Amino acid sequence: MRKLIKPLVFAGALIPFSILIARVFVYPDSLGPDPAQELAKESGEWALRFLVITLALTPLRQITDQVEFVRQRRMLGLFALFYATIHFMVWVAFLLVFRWAAIVEELVKRPFITIGFAAFLILIALGVTSTKSMVRKLGRNWKRLHRLVYLAAGLAVVHLLWILRTNIGEAVFYGALVALLLAYRLQRHLRASKPTPPKV
Amino acid sequence: MLIKKPVDIKPSEITPENVFRNRRQFMKESSRLMLGAAVAGSMPSIANAQSSGSLKAPAPAGLVRTEPADWLKNKFANIKSAPDSGPFYTGESLTPYRDVTRYNNFYEFGMDKSDPSSNSGEFKADPWSVEITGEVAKPGTYHLEDILKPVDLEERIYRLRCVEAWSMVIPWIGFPLADLIKQFEPNSKAKFVEFETLIDAESMPAIESRFAIVDWPYREGLRIDEAMNPLTMMAVGVYGDYLPAQNGAPMRLVVPWKYGFKSIKSIVKINFRETMPNTTWNDLQSNEYGFYANVNPDVHHPRWRQDTERRLPQTLFSRQRIETRLFNGYADQVASMYGDMDLSQYF
Repeated sequence: MRKLIKPLVFAGALIPFSILIARVFVYPDSLGPDPAQELAKESGEWALRFLVITLALTPLRQITDQVEFVRQRRMLGLFALFYATIHFMVWVAFLLVFRWAAIVEELVKRPFITIGFAAFLILIALGVTSTKSMVRKLGRNWKRLHRLVYLAAGLAVVHLLWILRTNIGEAVFYGALVALLLAYRLQRHLRASKPTPPKV
Repeated sequence: MLIKKPVDIKPSEITPENVFRNRRQFMKESSRLMLGAAVAGSMPSIANAQSSGSLKAPAPAGLVRTEPADWLKNKFANIKSAPDSGPFYTGESLTPYRDVTRYNNFYEFGMDKSDPSSNSGEFKADPWSVEITGEVAKPGTYHLEDILKPVDLEERIYRLRCVEAWSMVIPWIGFPLADLIKQFEPNSKAKFVEFETLIDAESMPAIESRFAIVDWPYREGLRIDEAMNPLTMMAVGVYGDYLPAQNGAPMRLVVPWKYGFKSIKSIVKINFRETMPNTTWNDLQSNEYGFYANVNPDVHHPRWRQDTERRLPQTLFSRQRIETRLFNGYADQVASMYGDMDLSQYF
């Protein structure tokens, strides 16, 4: 029974991707008259959602005492990277149509794009170091490096906020979630570092 | 920032000369029209409208719309079709009716592009009044029916370039803004024209949204010479049919050489003033949206480039990009208004 969980989560995490593929190749009208923009928006939103889900796993384990949540963390984190990669590729291929000089200029000159790219780079670094051998090799530093996931989430929220500007509802929602998860972690961390009362 | 003074427009340049010289006669005729009296004979200086039998872009077959008021239906019976060349026509492919009417920025109805068409069911474009105020000889509140009585409708096919780097080609039905302005006789203090959109929380569901940080009503403005330019039009229809709510019914501005947010929709107030008015987007983000908002591939938006545009509808794999042109390709008709103004400073 337990063996089914990972494949099911994997299949579930692929559903948004399958829907996007279906929309691109089977129902192109569903993307509207500006499909590149729509695709960039959808893929970016899913990258952020998986990032938030990944951040919620440890708190969920702590609340429910179910270890299974934490077992999905690497896979779901990699899915966040997966959707972020699609988001970046859509931007390069469909919005800037491989105009490399323009791409470099945008990465450097538009702050909100720089921030999004920084979040992407962090996710790549985390993805590359996600293997068991990397955990062994990095030892203590692995945990330090992987704390950067909170920075990536924060940057992603700011990236979204910056592109939306006048409709901040969505960004506020995700920002609130990330802040909540960070606060929960922080609060547990502080409680854990308090000296335990002497046993009577 | 230093505002360059607009060229002084003398009152005689605003009113056509033959009308200016026959002011008494014109005032008698037009005040009869303003009071909504039946028009007995012909009106001065109005050209004959041709029948609308051969519009370049007629309404799509089978279009089902709610019936408008009779007076509006009658106006639409006589539309002069677009010419075969010149600035009022372009041979570029038209954006299909369903994209023109289902992909809109009209935040009063919601922030998504599909919201205006989905959420405008309660919007009523009739009866409609427009308040004319400021430096004019004939201020007042006028019924749209009376404002439209002396004008002839024509079809014009314009490019519309959104600041978001997408564009459309749209066959508008309308008339020169200059024809409307002349009715109210602005004086020499009228250096700017200011417009306001309707604000009605009942028919515009997103007005009370907590997350859309816009200070309603939506406001826009033009310099008087921009307003009087032959290209500037008031549109009351699209694709040979009257405007749907999501496109700014019953009357909206179309300024094709500027970014689309200048083409204010559902106008309820027109104010003539001496100083440059505040505009909604400039108030929201002044480093991104200026007063002039002239289409310019060399002046990038702080968050994205403006050198190319996505002509809608787009297909994902076509790799087609249109190079954005200065003044959206209307430089011949409008560049002279800006002389040697630094367009990167006055954006």
